[in-house]
Amino acid sequence: MTPMQKLLQLPVNAVNIVKTVQAQAQEEARSPVLTPDSIQQNWYSAVQPEELRNLKVAGTGGGDSEERAPLEEGVTSAQTQPLRHDDLKEMLDSNKDSLKLEAMKRIVAMIARGKNASDLFPAVVKNVACKNIEVKKLVYVYLVRYAEEQQDLALLSISTFQRGLKDPNQLIRASALRVLSSIRVTIIVPIMMLAIKEAASDMSPYVRKTAAHAIPKLYSLDPEQKDQLIEVIEKLLADKTTLVAGSVVMAFEEVCPERIDLIHKNYRKLCNLLIDVEEWGQVVIINMLTRYARTQFLNPNVNESLLEESGEKAFYGSDDEEGKEEKAEAAALAKRKPYVMDPDHRLLLRNTKPLLQSRNAAVVMAVAQLYFHLAPKAEVGVIAKALVRLMRSHSEVQYVVLQNVATMTIKRRGMFEPYLKSFYIRSTDPTQIKILKLEVLTNLANETNISTILREFQTYIKSMDKDFVAATIQAIGRCATNIGEVRDTCLNGLVQLLSNRDELVVAESVVVIKKLLQMQPEQHSDIIKHMAKLTDNIQVPMARASILWLIGEYCEHVPKIAPDVLRKMAKTFTNEEDIVKLQIINLAAKLYLTNSKQTKLLTQYVLNLAKYDQNYDIRDRARFIRQLIVPTDKSGALSKYAKKLFLALKPAPVLESPFKDRDHFQLGSLSHLLNAKAGGYQELPDWPETAPDPSVRNVEVKDSVIRLLERVTTLTSVPEWTKCSSREKRKEKKVEKPFYSDSEEESGPTESADSESDSASGSGSGSESEESGSGSESEESREESESEQEDKEDEEDKRKKKKKTDRGKVKAPAVESPESEESSGAEEKNRAQKVKGRRSGSESESEEEEESESESSRSESESESESESDTDAKKKKKAPVTKPPPKQAKKESKKEKKEMSLLDLDDFEPTPSPQVTPVNNFLSSSLVTDLEGLSLTDTVMAPTTIAPSGSVKTYELLHRITGEGLGVEYCFSRQPFSPDAHMVAVQIMFTNNTNAETKNLHVEDPKLQSGMRIKEFPEIELLPPGEMVTVVMGIDFCDSTQAANFQLCTHIRKFFVSIQPPVGELMMPVFMTENEFKKEQEKLLQLSLGQLMGMNEISEKLTLGEKCQNEHGIVQRVTSAANVSRVPCGSDKECRFAGKTVSSGILVLVTVATKEERAAQLTVNCEKMVIGTMLVKDILQALTQ
Amino acid sequence: MIHSLFLINSSSDIFLEKHWKSVISRSVCDYFFEVQEKAGEAENVPPVIHAGHHYLINIYREKIFFVSVIQSEVPPLFVIEFLHHVAETFQDYFGECSESAIKDNVVIVYELLEEMLDNGFPLATESNILKELIKPPNILRSVVNSITGSCNVGETLPTGQLSTIPWRRAGVKYTNNEAYFDVVEEIDAILDKTGSVVFAEIQGVIDACVNLTGMPDLTLSFMNPRLLDDVSFHPCVRFKRWESERVLSFIPPDGNFRLLSYHVSAQNLVAIPIYVKQNISFFETGSSGRLDITVGPKQTMGKTVEAVFVTINMPKVVLSANLTATQGNYTYNPVTKTLVWDIGKLSQQKLPNLKGSLTLQCGAPKPEESPSLNIDLKIQQLAISGLKVNRLDMYGEKYKPFKGVKYVSKAGKFQCMAITIWLYIFTNKENSHLKC
Repeated sequence: MTPMQKLLQLPVNAVNIVKTVQAQAQEEARSPVLTPDSIQQNWYSAVQPEELRNLKVAGTGGGDSEERAPLEEGVTSAQTQPLRHDDLKEMLDSNKDSLKLEAMKRIVAMIARGKNASDLFPAVVKNVACKNIEVKKLVYVYLVRYAEEQQDLALLSISTFQRGLKDPNQLIRASALRVLSSIRVTIIVPIMMLAIKEAASDMSPYVRKTAAHAIPKLYSLDPEQKDQLIEVIEKLLADKTTLVAGSVVMAFEEVCPERIDLIHKNYRKLCNLLIDVEEWGQVVIINMLTRYARTQFLNPNVNESLLEESGEKAFYGSDDEEGKEEKAEAAALAKRKPYVMDPDHRLLLRNTKPLLQSRNAAVVMAVAQLYFHLAPKAEVGVIAKALVRLMRSHSEVQYVVLQNVATMTIKRRGMFEPYLKSFYIRSTDPTQIKILKLEVLTNLANETNISTILREFQTYIKSMDKDFVAATIQAIGRCATNIGEVRDTCLNGLVQLLSNRDELVVAESVVVIKKLLQMQPEQHSDIIKHMAKLTDNIQVPMARASILWLIGEYCEHVPKIAPDVLRKMAKTFTNEEDIVKLQIINLAAKLYLTNSKQTKLLTQYVLNLAKYDQNYDIRDRARFIRQLIVPTDKSGALSKYAKKLFLALKPAPVLESPFKDRDHFQLGSLSHLLNAKAGGYQELPDWPETAPDPSVRNVEVKDSVIRLLERVTTLTSVPEWTKCSSREKRKEKKVEKPFYSDSEEESGPTESADSESDSASGSGSGSESEESGSGSESEESREESESEQEDKEDEEDKRKKKKKTDRGKVKAPAVESPESEESSGAEEKNRAQKVKGRRSGSESESEEEEESESESSRSESESESESESDTDAKKKKKAPVTKPPPKQAKKESKKEKKEMSLLDLDDFEPTPSPQVTPVNNFLSSSLVTDLEGLSLTDTVMAPTTIAPSGSVKTYELLHRITGEGLGVEYCFSRQPFSPDAHMVAVQIMFTNNTNAETKNLHVEDPKLQSGMRIKEFPEIELLPPGEMVTVVMGIDFCDSTQAANFQLCTHIRKFFVSIQPPVGELMMPVFMTENEFKKEQEKLLQLSLGQLMGMNEISEKLTLGEKCQNEHGIVQRVTSAANVSRVPCGSDKECRFAGKTVSSGILVLVTVATKEERAAQLTVNCEKMVIGTMLVKDILQALTQ
Repeated sequence: MIHSLFLINSSSDIFLEKHWKSVISRSVCDYFFEVQEKAGEAENVPPVIHAGHHYLINIYREKIFFVSVIQSEVPPLFVIEFLHHVAETFQDYFGECSESAIKDNVVIVYELLEEMLDNGFPLATESNILKELIKPPNILRSVVNSITGSCNVGETLPTGQLSTIPWRRAGVKYTNNEAYFDVVEEIDAILDKTGSVVFAEIQGVIDACVNLTGMPDLTLSFMNPRLLDDVSFHPCVRFKRWESERVLSFIPPDGNFRLLSYHVSAQNLVAIPIYVKQNISFFETGSSGRLDITVGPKQTMGKTVEAVFVTINMPKVVLSANLTATQGNYTYNPVTKTLVWDIGKLSQQKLPNLKGSLTLQCGAPKPEESPSLNIDLKIQQLAISGLKVNRLDMYGEKYKPFKGVKYVSKAGKFQCMAITIWLYIFTNKENSHLKC
């Protein structure tokens, strides 16, 4: 660009015009009016109506159309400029979508060109509710761009988005949230906050993903919201879909990277989901996990470093110091017990490894840096191949990869040695790539490959690219210093280069030779002589200065030549560059000290010249040196030491890589590339001395493992369990009767205690085993299927881990036949669990069995005590149950909403895709496990639902192993909690399995979601050994399935526990007649038609499971899944149930309509969509089995 | 992450800007121009530039600089990969990623950029999803649109984004169900002056064009999968299956995509399909030089070597070339100093030869550097590594698709280095003395 064009800010097109002759005349005519306005005219050409442009293209044959356009318009539009915007306004105000669209397209094109279109804001913002999707989208584009500047007007559009947030279509909800959060208007921060919170618990994972995206936006707008946002992040981190994972980790990194504790519970899940997350998310997660792992695990190389370091590094000098350090460290650590890798650490390494095969260079790099920073030395090698592969990619990618490889090669040279040839330089490489490759080659050089490398370097010296040649010469110098054997060869080769015709080459050689000579000057006086001769020819200042320094330093080796060089230099002194002048003074001083006879006058002369130099550095130096070396009467005390000062032995410079020590930055990061800390960079922490408690991560895993374990062990001891189960059930029945018997008799005459117990004993062991098995299902998640997948994953990762610990331990028996994998796996897991629980040693299998037996007997006794406690409870709670009088039944109408299926879509849903069909072995390992998980849990879950309505599932709160003898279980007794009607009563059973007394059992430090409350049970003063006690506490879950977390404290210990209710337990039965039911249902439907289409009704078709084909079966299963009561009804084709949520008393209406065969339709009406959907899932599950 | 994007053409004109967060003045690009000026050639502009409070990460594609503005720590490769992805998307949409194409479709470009990033973090980058959101332009549609006022934004919602296979759009229908696979291999080699191989390896890709109805599940197996030393996959490929059985099992995206890229290591001897005898020398006296190049086929496994080009970057002092070619044509560009010899097909009988004299600049010293030769070639119906596709099976759909596999081998970075006499230099000691 000529300065002229720059001045005028002429667009390129205009420049091109100048070329055509006919255009030139016009151009000249116009140029006086070429004010900045002309740019405006210019872009218009780019957005003329399409058809017009096509015509023109046809007429002129393509390319010129662009160039001509400004000419045509330029003449007319210069004066009509303001009118144009009026045009646009008019178009925007018109009724025709096509005109609006055209106007918006022009406006967007203006924005794209960087032109100001802000004065159109009012006209544009009116169209925010336009029906046409493209117009709408373009308006969004405009809004996001200009809302910040026109905050007041932007507020006009907010209501549209708020409406959009309630849309039944998830994609519209998401897009509304996206735009709303992108508008940077501070006044709507509260609205944004609310919207994000709501979206974070949306049914659709896509909306939740959008919510995660919105978090950093809000944070950058108002950092004061941080605390609230962290809450949302914490919630979203617990999300189990791959769609959300990447985005929420990104939000985490931007908002609260220091809150590493939020990751603990999600660590394993993230590891397992990783492979299915989209590429960009993978990068973010891997980088975050690298940092996490550095804080949580031990350095895997502590012990190995002793062996490897000494073997690898002893050969050459540059890393000596480091080697020593590490040796010392290693020696210190070697005394410690052998290193055993944390299974979670292994999990991370294992799950990231396949990603080295990703097509995305950023992912490969992220995994590579993870391995570099976290893996044991022996395993790091795998990344080399993948990194070398990236070298085939675009040059920008090469550039970044080479930078990182350069850093890696300093620490781990061996890893890249096999790929040496991949770093050979091609003449077509850009210079910056060449120089980086050279760096890598130099780092890789050792005794064995140096000859190949040097031969390669020889060809490089011949290159036309002079910068590259200079770099090569330096590289040769570095090889020479590092590898003693080739020092002489290199030196000689470099000396040869001194006769090169190119001055740059010679100069660079001189500089490098100077450094090399400093190592062994005695042997090379001839080289110094040769170089002295060069002063006649070489003009490059740096080279001249280097030569002079050399001669001065080693003037004793060249006693004859040195004074002569000084003579020549004195002659040309005034014309030299500053650095050369300084070196001349230096040389003079040194010669004066060693050979004052010959050089006294010359020195005086030089110093005199320097005294009047223009440069003050030189004047200063001259003055200083004169005082120092020339003895005068008042010369200072220092002059005695002049010789020592000047002729001191100078250490040879160490030629080291500029990439040395760069690895203290996390590799692959921007900071590493720049070798400076970039804003927002999170330091990669050092390994901890001792590993932090690994159990923080296994809250969820533990539960599921125990569950599985118990499932298996109970299956083996069937008889006892059957006994106990029936007994238990009968007792429970007794408890429930007083509350429900009346209504039950009324509503369901078929339902009787007999049939219930029949069915219970009929299914016998199965059901019971499941019941006790699922005792630990404390963290049952909102979405059943997901939680199961997750469980399965956890189990599998547990298994993997188990294997690893086995490998780690020498003794542990690892016999695992494929048939018995399930059970033995579980047992192993149990053992792993014990290891976790800080129990020493591995236990034999017989012990295992004993344990399970004792467990069963324990629950037997539990059930007994339960009945006792229940009677207690009865005394306490005599809350009367109101019964509304029965009324007549009506027929109910049903509606099906198609959109709802969209809502139910979730990430893991096994869509009817062929994915499931052909093979078991799939790309997404987790997907497979998910599917397996589904089928597995299906079979196991089946018996639960046979349990009669009154039966109570117990869940494990604290396993007796983790609780160090204190076992705690809980169940939802389904009785009103008398102190506070809005609370769900949770019955908690403590068992003391130890030999000592447990004292002062109480609740402490509850951590609850906002709005949730907890009513603690009175402190238990004393629990004697072997005894058990039952208490009731109340929790207000706020009608959500969020877990209530609190600490359970004994006099010695504290345990973190959490209670998460299944959705069915959040409600209590409401008794109503068919008529009332119909009325309420209609009311709800109307409400939904009014504002929230289809939000209040969710219906699902299903096929009834084998055991619940009759009405009785259905009633049983529904009431066991949810705490609702049956509504009497005339038709035997329909079963209705009603309940209301405990906390806010919102009605929940359930209808099951049976049809021919086993088909049925389930409808749930509830104002709270979340509850409705989850309930549908739960009931569906119960009914289909 | 990515704050803003500027597109800059070769004459330093910012012709498009897009901000994903607050607006950053385009004056930030001045840092870029400064560095660009210093770097000289476009390819030497460092990809990462520190610019005051910002960082500029840029790529150079099709004569356009994609300059992104970053404000805080982010993996540079993340941004670079993304920018390339943007360029590829433009290519995909407009057939070319040129300045004029972008300017012509500025609205679509803007819509694309809007969808691809949200607050600077990638949102929808899969081409199948994007095409559902924003339809690519074609002439018919633009005419219809301008008349009816309908738009090029998809009416349907991109449900693919929500599924477990985000790369494939739902409801694909074709009347002809076809799946084509192109196995393309490139030979990277460095030969020294004597023609012996310094370094050679094969980089291959399998590009697929799959037009299949519904949700097909494909399995592609090879005769000799062990050949593949290092592979990288499209995300659709099931990694576990590859690990255990060495077959590619995947649900393909719709349309064109790169299924796999692989590397055949140097351990397997790479067959070099041609040999080159070359002799380029410059005379010490007089300003001229001689050039003599002969190319012949070597290991071609019975296939013809086609489209052979030899490109030589001459030293700056070479003014012109007066040569005769026994086959094909040659051109010498005195501005860029490149000599291109288009040979065409190589035949076994008559070896193509290029011979003649070079004219050098008068008075200039004889060039020290010896030029290297870059060779382009193509062999149809042959994968030079010997890789062969065994079979392709489809599950999950009923119909019988048409399946096709094509093999092509090409020269990648194929270079003949001219090695010089530097070897001797190391052994010769010079003992000249300084005259005093």
